[in-house]
Amino acid sequence: MSSVTKSEHREPRFETDGTWVGASVRRREDPRLVSGRGQFVDDIALPGMAHAQFVRSTVAAGEVVDIDLTETRRTPGVLAAYTAADLDLGDITAILERPLSEFVPTDMPVLARDRVRFTGEPLAIVLAEDPYAAEDGVEAARVTYSASTAVVSDDQALAEGAPLVHDNAPKNTLLDVSMFATDGIEDVFASADCVVDVVARSARQNALPLETRGVVVSWEERDEQLLVRTCTQVPHQVRTVMARCLGRDERTVRVVVPDMGGGFGQKCVVGREEIAAGAAAIRLGRPVKWIEDRRDALSAAFLAREQRYEARAAFDSEGRILALDADIVCDMGAYSCFPFSAGIEPLMASAEMPGVYRVPAYRVRGRAITTNKAPSAPYRGVSRPQYVMVMERLFERAARELDLDPVEIRRRNVITEFPYTGVNMVTYDPGSYLEALNLCEELVRAEGWYEFQREAAAQGRTVGIGYCCFNERTGYGSDAFAKRKMMVVPGFDLSEIRMDTSGSVVVTSGTMNHGQSHETTLAQIVATQLGIDVAKVKVQQGDTDRITYGWGTFASRSVTIGGSAVSLAADRLGVKLRHIGAHLLDTEIDNVELHRGTVRHRDDHERAVPFTDIADAAYLRANRLPKDTEPGLTETASFDTPGDGTFANATHAVVVELHPGTGKVEILRYLCVEDCGIAIHPQVVEGQCRGGIAQGIAGALFESVTYDAQGEPSCASFIDYKVPTASEIPDVEIHHLETPCAFTESGAKGVGEGGTIGAPAAVLNAVNDALRPTGIELDQTPITPETVQRALETLDTLEPQT
Amino acid sequence: MTDQHLITLTVNGADHELLVSARRTLVDAIRHDLRLTGTHVGCEHGVCGACTILVDGAPARACLMFAVQAEGRDIRTVESLGAPDDLSDLQTAFADNHGLQCGFCTPGFLMLAEGFLSENTSPSRDEIREAVSANLCRCTGYQTIVDAIEDCAARRCQSHGPAGDAAGGSCPGRTRPQHEPRPA
Repeated sequence: MSSVTKSEHREPRFETDGTWVGASVRRREDPRLVSGRGQFVDDIALPGMAHAQFVRSTVAAGEVVDIDLTETRRTPGVLAAYTAADLDLGDITAILERPLSEFVPTDMPVLARDRVRFTGEPLAIVLAEDPYAAEDGVEAARVTYSASTAVVSDDQALAEGAPLVHDNAPKNTLLDVSMFATDGIEDVFASADCVVDVVARSARQNALPLETRGVVVSWEERDEQLLVRTCTQVPHQVRTVMARCLGRDERTVRVVVPDMGGGFGQKCVVGREEIAAGAAAIRLGRPVKWIEDRRDALSAAFLAREQRYEARAAFDSEGRILALDADIVCDMGAYSCFPFSAGIEPLMASAEMPGVYRVPAYRVRGRAITTNKAPSAPYRGVSRPQYVMVMERLFERAARELDLDPVEIRRRNVITEFPYTGVNMVTYDPGSYLEALNLCEELVRAEGWYEFQREAAAQGRTVGIGYCCFNERTGYGSDAFAKRKMMVVPGFDLSEIRMDTSGSVVVTSGTMNHGQSHETTLAQIVATQLGIDVAKVKVQQGDTDRITYGWGTFASRSVTIGGSAVSLAADRLGVKLRHIGAHLLDTEIDNVELHRGTVRHRDDHERAVPFTDIADAAYLRANRLPKDTEPGLTETASFDTPGDGTFANATHAVVVELHPGTGKVEILRYLCVEDCGIAIHPQVVEGQCRGGIAQGIAGALFESVTYDAQGEPSCASFIDYKVPTASEIPDVEIHHLETPCAFTESGAKGVGEGGTIGAPAAVLNAVNDALRPTGIELDQTPITPETVQRALETLDTLEPQT
Repeated sequence: MTDQHLITLTVNGADHELLVSARRTLVDAIRHDLRLTGTHVGCEHGVCGACTILVDGAPARACLMFAVQAEGRDIRTVESLGAPDDLSDLQTAFADNHGLQCGFCTPGFLMLAEGFLSENTSPSRDEIREAVSANLCRCTGYQTIVDAIEDCAARRCQSHGPAGDAAGGSCPGRTRPQHEPRPA
């Protein structure tokens, strides 16, 4: 572990030592994006293109008696309208290979047939000359339902005799797994010096990419292909499901992803609408565009985060944790998402809840339940914002009980010896858990926040300081995903690299950029490896015809796994360049090295041959190649993380002030000490942290998707769904530690999700620290102004603080 | 569908004749009729600000105006700022400060900032933060957007002088965020 001064952005060092890794170079994607020349899905227009909108269910639960599209089809501008019966499509079904007692697979029809399970569920697709007419057509549709009682909460879903959302899922339970149960754990609780418990809840949230979902589909006769231009994080998986639902060979479907306006996990599952649009394009014989409007995105797109924890922890008198026991219920809404299934949240939470702490005994039950609400998909952080929040609440509570400093109790429990295999059978690679915690506390002290808190209290102000300590697995390879028993196992990535006769390079990656700067960071890896200017490298992603295969971008896997595949491919190309170069220099391969666009003799630098000459031999004058060498300069490589993958870590600290009268939580200071191993592009790393923290604060203080008792979503606009703006999100200061990853080619660990994971717990702890004089502790997010105000009102009945 | 209107829209200094229905929004006319797709649509109800353009020099939501309402007005979109190989100072500041990630909200923020900086040539960091709270970004956490606008304002001031005074006169240096604890 080494420490790097904060914000020390190194300039490109190519001129001095030929390395680009570690430099905050100008992003390759920026010029087009800041000039409005990016191309997003809705920017695509094809001749003869029809516009699609969906007739969506207006009831949360019930039988579909009749769908009458007569008026829809008569609406001016409407070209066609199709129901499930018209399109005859296969279902989307996510499967975990577990016994039926543990997991119940459920079918998600592309368009609902005889039954609807949430308000907003698509029933029919309407195609029109323009989007306005398509909406007219949707309005003219008449659907008759026989509505039944909607199941809208976890309590209701699990109650005896509750109506079933899926007939084949008893107790509305899609997954019920008790993954760990240490023998004798009850005895540990019985004899412990201190036992604390917490009942925590987190609200349903919308990942809410600014660009809504959307797709443009056209049948390309010459290629015998359905060309699907869609904003997805997982192009190859969309191709697979599209082909299966349509009953076609995969080669007849090509998925191409243009610029993408964010995803955050919502776009890493296969959506029904894109499949329906594909089927409609074939049936209509015209290209079809569907752009989700914000109302649909808020009410019917994939959601996440609604979880309930009943957890307790046992400690000895020194504050060392002895046992952890948790019952986790995740409300996954109406359907399992593909490919991750309804298991995504409870399995993640069950497997990883002990986090950065040495927990000797562990018992956990994780359940996914189904309700009549929009279905859930992964969202940045997946369950970790929740279980980290619960763990941190347990430690804070134990610290209070034992009269220990909240940082000290963490210090006594964080893992310090690596590799460490936990009670959860997960092996952690080296990290800087203790160092990050210590540095973060040091910074808070050095800035005088504890004095500030005391002085503020003397003036009757309510200020709190909160911490959060966590790690995040960022390199889930096939081994790690296989533990979940998914029928499709993500993990590896493939990369192909090719150099042309001008010496410039195209490298493909199965990952998918939607804001994480892959076009730049992956190019930096290749440029460093080959010793060429980063401007010579083009990164290609998001085209299933050009990219052999890939698992897309989620779980912070792009630089760890995608970057390693890219690096290995570049390495192979480097070997071929040296092989040909040595031949042209009339020497052995071991005598030559890559240097600034040339292959040169190690001992005699004057003897060098530029890459352009090597490429010339490889393509234009193959007679100059060594006898054993194939023409061309194309290499491929794959990478898969072994074992349990790699873990990044961080500590966050927050200072808040609670405002009497309004209940507002004002963030006065936000500090983050993170360790993602080697930072390829420090500015991008900080951008990922800050963006993640903003979404974490959103979860802590603002965002909540709510439904009424009938299952009607009550936040279908930005008026009701409160997304924080620049006025609510503070500046965040970031400090870096570097524990290079031993698994990845670059030494980098992923950094996409950490901010989102740490912020809710840190903010909640800070608020609770501020509320300490009231004796009230909050364990739910979002923390609403009403809750804070009610808690503050109790202060009036207390003695003034001195 | 039937109430078509022949209008002239002046966008980025060029006049365009268009036949539009009364209900066609200005942002749809700009994006789909004029094929200026830099202006984005994020919510269609005036909250996210992805569609922010300048109308007669002031930031406006193109999703909340009908195309027919824009006749005779001077409209500017992100395409007027600069091309990829010739970026404006504001665009450059966004790139330099990592003021964008996915880039979807960026044109809206750029036009918002362009309008704001023409009104307030030497804004404080707090004023910038308040101004940009008109728009939503889901990637950056806003800090680097504020940095970018602050950076651009400082650079403009250095090259033109505060409010047109002698160059560099009393330009505020770019103020990094102050994190000192507040006075008790």
